[in-house]
Formats: sequence, C-alpha cells, structure tokens
Amino acid sequence: MSIAIMKKSGPFAHGFNTVQKTMFTVLLALMPATLFNLYLFGWPAILLFTITVGACVAVEAACLLLAGKPVVATLADCSAILTGWLLAMSLPPWAPWWIGVLAAIFAIALTKHAFGGLGQNVFNPAMVGRTVMLISFPVAMTVWVAPHPLFSAGAPGLTEAFAITFGGNMPDTVSAASALGYIKTELSRGIPVAQSMAQVPDLMDMTLGYRAGSMGETSAILILAGGLFLMAKRIISWHIPVSMMGSLFLIAALFHAIDPARFTSGTFHLMSGATFLGAFFIATDYVTSPVSKTGQLIFGIGVGLLTWSIRNFAGYPEGMAFAVLLMNSLTPIIDQYTRPRAFGRTRKGEPLPLEEKP
Amino acid sequence: MKLFPIRGGIHPEYRKDMTSEKAIVAMPMPAALYIPLQQHIGAPAEVLVAEGDLVRKGQMIARNQGAVSASQHAPTSGRITSVAEVAAPHPSGLPQKTIIIEPDGKDEWADLPEPIADPFAADPHTIHDRVAQSGIVGMGGAAFPSAVKLNLGAQKKLETLLLNGAECEPYLTCDDRVMREYPDEVIDGARIMAHALGTAKVVIGIEQNKPQAIEIMTRAAAAFPEIKVVAVPVQYPMGSERHLVQAITGRETPARKLTADLGIVVHNVATARAVHHAVRFGRPLVARVVTVSGGAIREPSNVMTPIGTKVSDLVEFCGGFSARPESVVNGGPMMGQPLPSLDVPVVKGTSGILAMTAEEINNSPTSACIRCGACVTICPCGLSPVDMAAFIRKDNLDVAAKLGVMDCFSCGSCSWVCPSHIPLVHYFNYAKGVLRELESERRKSERIKTLAEVRTIRIEKAAEAKRAALAAKSKPAADAAPPGGETKATTEEKVNA
Ligand code: SF4
Ligand code: SF4
Repeated sequence: MSIAIMKKSGPFAHGFNTVQKTMFTVLLALMPATLFNLYLFGWPAILLFTITVGACVAVEAACLLLAGKPVVATLADCSAILTGWLLAMSLPPWAPWWIGVLAAIFAIALTKHAFGGLGQNVFNPAMVGRTVMLISFPVAMTVWVAPHPLFSAGAPGLTEAFAITFGGNMPDTVSAASALGYIKTELSRGIPVAQSMAQVPDLMDMTLGYRAGSMGETSAILILAGGLFLMAKRIISWHIPVSMMGSLFLIAALFHAIDPARFTSGTFHLMSGATFLGAFFIATDYVTSPVSKTGQLIFGIGVGLLTWSIRNFAGYPEGMAFAVLLMNSLTPIIDQYTRPRAFGRTRKGEPLPLEEKP
Repeated sequence: MKLFPIRGGIHPEYRKDMTSEKAIVAMPMPAALYIPLQQHIGAPAEVLVAEGDLVRKGQMIARNQGAVSASQHAPTSGRITSVAEVAAPHPSGLPQKTIIIEPDGKDEWADLPEPIADPFAADPHTIHDRVAQSGIVGMGGAAFPSAVKLNLGAQKKLETLLLNGAECEPYLTCDDRVMREYPDEVIDGARIMAHALGTAKVVIGIEQNKPQAIEIMTRAAAAFPEIKVVAVPVQYPMGSERHLVQAITGRETPARKLTADLGIVVHNVATARAVHHAVRFGRPLVARVVTVSGGAIREPSNVMTPIGTKVSDLVEFCGGFSARPESVVNGGPMMGQPLPSLDVPVVKGTSGILAMTAEEINNSPTSACIRCGACVTICPCGLSPVDMAAFIRKDNLDVAAKLGVMDCFSCGSCSWVCPSHIPLVHYFNYAKGVLRELESERRKSERIKTLAEVRTIRIEKAAEAKRAALAAKSKPAADAAPPGGETKATTEEKVNA
C-alpha cells in the first residue's frame, strides 16, 4: 500500500477558509495604514511601494518558473504581494529603487524559495530583506524624511519623485531622525533621555503618524486598527501581539523606573518604531512563528524582550526586525517543546493513570 | 447539570434541517436483500442456511462465531437464492460472503424467542444472551457487538450508562427522529441496559441543536428519577465516546483504556431501542433508520430500511439523484466512508447514505502548508496534525507514531479546518494502516522467533543427551556428532517467516 494509491479518506466537508482568503484579509487590514502613509510621504513613497511589491511578485514568478511549479496558481495565493507590502512598509519611504529590488530578491529568492517556497522558510522574508539592506547599506537605509503630505507645499511632485527614487537626488534639507534614532544619538553624545525626549514629537503625534520613520513605523493607530480587525476575523489570535507588547512594555517600564535618565518609558517603546506593525503583522506570520498557542506566547515574549534589548544596547536604534529573526530561528525548538498534551496522556506521552473516582 | 469543556472541535455546516422534520417512513420491501456475514467489528457469522431454503422474518440465518461477533437474521420472509461473494459497503469495495434473500412479499414473522416478562427482575445474563441472540450491534456507526459491551458490568464496577444522542455528524438526523418518535422505547431499552450493566444512573446526552428531542426525552424520562437528560453544546466531535464522557463527567479516559474503566459505558440511542425490541418482543435487529440526504438526493428522508437493502434501491426510494453526486458516503460527512458503488447493501451500522455535491464537499486543490496552526488548535485529541503529516510525507512513520498518530480517531476536524486543504486524515489513515501492519508482523515474527528458539533449545538438548549417551558408549563418536539441531531450526524459521 502506498499513500498515493489508497482510496481517498474523508471528511466530505471542508471549511471555507483558504490561503488566498487569509492573505487577502491581511492585505485588507494593512490598507488604511498604507494609504495614509502613502499620502503622508507622497510620490516617492508611492513609487518605492509599487517597485517593491512588483519586484517581489516578479522574483516569485521567476523562482516558481525555475522550480517548475505552477506560476499563476501559486501567485494567486497573494503571499508574495503580502511579503512585498510588508517589506515596503519597513523601508525608508524615500529610499532609492534599487533598495526595494534588492530587498525583494533577498526576501523572496533567498529567504523563501531557497528553502522550498511558501511554508518552508525559517525566517520571515520581509524582515530578512529589510535587515540585509540595513546592514549592507546603512546610510541609504537610515535616511528618514519628515512627512510631506501629497499636494502640500514643499511636497515633491511626480517629476521630482522620479528624481528621488530613480536618480538618487535626495534633497538635503528634508532628512529627519526617527524618534528612536534621535534618542539613541543624543544618548551617545551624553544627553540624557529626559532632555532629548523634549525634542521628539509628542506621543499624540506619534500615535497619529505625523513623524519621521518608515511607513510601517508611523501611524500606530491605523496599524492597531488593522491588527484588531485581523483578530476579529480570527486570522490571528491575541497570543503573539499581547505577549510581545506586554513584555516590551513591562521591561521598558521597569528599567525606566530604575533609571529614567538612561531608559525611555514603556509607553514610548510601544508607540515608537515598528512595535505595532511587528506585533500584529510581522511576528504573527504563520510560517515563521510557532503553531501552538503556548509556543506563540513564548515567541511573543521573546520578541518583546529582544526588541527592547537591541533598542537599548545594540548599535541599531530599531530592534524589532532583528528580534523577530532571532526568535524565528528558535521556532522549530519552541514548536517541539510546546506540543499540546494528547487526550488521555500525560505531557510525557504516557497514558494517564486511572485515578480513583472523585 | 454542570458540563465540562472539551478541547478543540469545529462547527461545520450542519445541514440537518434537510431531514430533521421528515418523519421516519418505511420503505417497501426491495426485490432482493443482501446480508453480509460481517457487518460488525469482530469475526464474521457462520452461515446456517443454504440455497433454496425458505426463511421467515427474524429467523437466524447466520450465527455469531466467538464472543466478538454478531448473528444475522432474515429481515423478511422469503427464499435464499444464494450465498455468494458480493461487494461490501467498504471503501475497498472488496467482495464479502453474503446471504441473498428473495422476499416473498408476505413479511411473515418466524417463531420468535419469548419476551422477557419482567426484565428488571431477570438475571443480567438473560438480557445479555437475548441481546447477543438478536444480533444487535452499536448503531451509531462503529457496529461493535452490543452484547460484549453489555457484559462489561461483570468485569468492572460501573456506575453510569451514558446514552449517546449527541449525533454530532452533520446531515444525520436518524437518532434525532428515533428519540422524537419512539422516546418511550428508547428509555425502556436504556433502563433494561442499565439493569444488565448494573449501573444505578442513566445519562442521556443530546446536542443542543435538537431541542425537540431534548424536550420529548426529558418528558419521557420524567417518571424515572435515575435517568437524566443532558443538553450538551453543539461542537463536533461531541458524539465521540471519550469526549462525551469528558463533557458530562469532566473525566478524561486514559489512553489505551476504556470509558468503562471510569465506570461509564456508552451506548447509542438507536441501540437502546433495538434492545427494547429484543427483550420485550423477542425481535432481532432486522431493520434500521437511515438518513438519506445530501444535495444530490431528490427527496432527503429518514427511512426505516430492511438490513440488506441495496443502496441503489434506497436512493431510488428517495426519488433518485437530482444532480450528479461527487461522492456517496456511508455515514456522516466527517467520519463516513466513501462508497465504491451503489451496489452495496445497507448494514446494521449504516446511519446515513449521503449523496453529496462538489459544492457541499467544498474541497479545493491542496496547496502548501502555511503553518497556520489551526489544526493544532482544533484537534480534539491534542495532537499536532501539521507535524505528524510532515513526517508521514517523508515516510518517517516512527516519528509520526511517537507524535501520537495512533491516538488519532480520524474525526476529520483537521482536514476540515485546513486552509491549504491538505488531506491530513488521509495521511493519518495511511500511517495507521502501515503501522498496524508492521506491528502485527512484528508480533508474528516474535512469536515465530520464540517458537524457533524453544525448538532450538529442545533439539539441542536432545542432541546433547544423544551426545552424552554416545560419549558414554564410545568417546571418538561423540566428537563427530553433527550440530544438526541448529541448522534445522534456522531453516524452519525461514519457512515460517
Ligand atoms: S491547518 Fe493546514 S495549513 Fe494550517 S498548519 Fe495545519 S496543515 Fe498547515
Ligand atoms: S483527525 Fe485525528 S489529528 Fe485530525 S483533528 Fe481528528 S483526531 Fe486530531
């Protein structure tokens, strides 16, 4: 007997969920934040976004062709679009075109297809794309601009946008530091947090998105709304977002209480950087996070603690991507140790003892 | 009554309303009946009739062989046309020895065993024997000989008879209808069974999506303080014995043990009714209610069907097909078996015949696993289908076994929920089949090895004795004695293996 020739078993009923529907719902959840950010950062951001998503789809198609897998049917699962989308949201909005293309190649070809395609990769493709770019091109990857809403005074028109994205003509005057980066730089110059904090946008502006940063870093509130939508749709559960943000907040608040001159507050950590995007959209990636709920809690806590550590002690101002990648590498082990207890068995797999009747 | 949560589970489209308001109708006797000798778990029955014999309704035509087996009775009066190999209602479609009866249209009863006048005064053995004699098997689908399960009281201390009226499979409404139309017969049967088992309590568990059945049964049970009707949540697979026991008592049956080890025996409601007939009227199990449903059936119905009716005759009675069915299923859509053809008979464990359209089955081509974890969350047995499937795909069945694939009871929840439409249950059925085969092979070769070892030792001993005897006579001859024993044993072992 071989599985191929065995008569197909039941069940003769199936739920209505599909991979495509799942991915599509995630895209829908990202839509408000994305539209708002594209508006905020104007034409250059729109160009970069289009290029990044387009490159991801093109690379995916090429990889599928090379591997001899069905191209159209697989592209229809929308996973490449989602990767490109998240990738674009984690790049500086005015970055040159080749950043988007290179990142797409790292994300789709080297992280996803080199491991066997959808479902097989260990690391989150979008985060690998972003991180490799950050390490290889630290300058281009840390040019943040203040918001230049579409059609506002001083916002680049389409022609100027082409010059920025394809010509590398970044106007000197526009760059600004992201809040996390600013505080880190000031700290390194010996200026305490309490003082530098006065210079960063207030929390209200950060929540709404009027600040410098990658597209996914700004507008926490819309990202949060998208995340809650995903929870309501039961695409993601609360386990990873809550454990990740909870652990990040708690450890930040603890150290802030101990040494407020050195450490920023828990609320600041929650609101800044890509915390919300990471908690709801990146760390919750099915493929690279644990399958059991217990595993997801451990994973979330790990991402939260690592994000805080990297933000405070490593060379980079934003640590979410690194933290996710580090925890990705632990996912197989977490999975192995957090399998649910089987019915009628102990955790070790032995049959339960026959207890006396209560 | 306080209920306890069970792990995981799903909420499929139930589609019970297609037949739940259809009262049970009796179908006219078909032109021929096909009674397989094995309609149950255990040994096939032994034929008692020959071609040309005239039989009457209820007459035993095949006797149970051994303890775990069930007798077969003529569902109507008529003539035995042959005993032949006929396709069985099993996915393999392999033929099975079957008694074929041509009804004479008179439907005349044979001389039945005397009713047991006061079953509650009767010895449990009398009831047990009557149930065995009547060929009753579990009618929820498992078709395990009921008499064996009724005998558990002799070996274990039991406290509760749990009557399973959950009917958690979508589409099926036969148990619902039986409870609504024959509540007193079910209750009487349950009380008789409780008496045979020696349990003080009877609990009847019914899913909340059958409010009429709950109401009617509660009313019928009102006169008996020892019987309690409990509405359990609608959550597939609530009707699985172990899960129903957990939901009602909060106790988890240990792996490789029976619910009886917890003092609880579970029987199906339709089985209780069959026991009532056997004990009160001496009537064996010769017909059952079958839910005929599905989008491809013209008139979905609940049909009182003589055992042995061909599925094609039953479908015909329900107006035939209104559309081309994608699959015809024996049982419910979740755990039922695909029928190889319509030329197979209805047996004692057939709870439903479903002709389902592709739209209802709603399957899509399989795509890659996205590790969404849904299967892990919903598995009612606490297994990790995604991991087990990954190892089975690599043909690494040992690891799959360690992960508990043998604990999987193929409830189908994981396949149902999987967004990538991976046929997980199919993987597990395959793995279980191969592992079971390997296990029995291992047992066999172990037995052979022990036999061979025993033989080797015996032969060596004999040779030793001979040598000793020879040595006693003449020393040089002993040295030349061949070590024949060992060689012989090895050859024999090879032959047996
Ligand atoms: S439900 Fe399907 S896609 Fe999701 S983890 Fe399980 S096997 Fe993979
Ligand atoms: S079929 Fe087996 S593995 Fe799948 S949900 Fe049911 S018990 Fe779990």
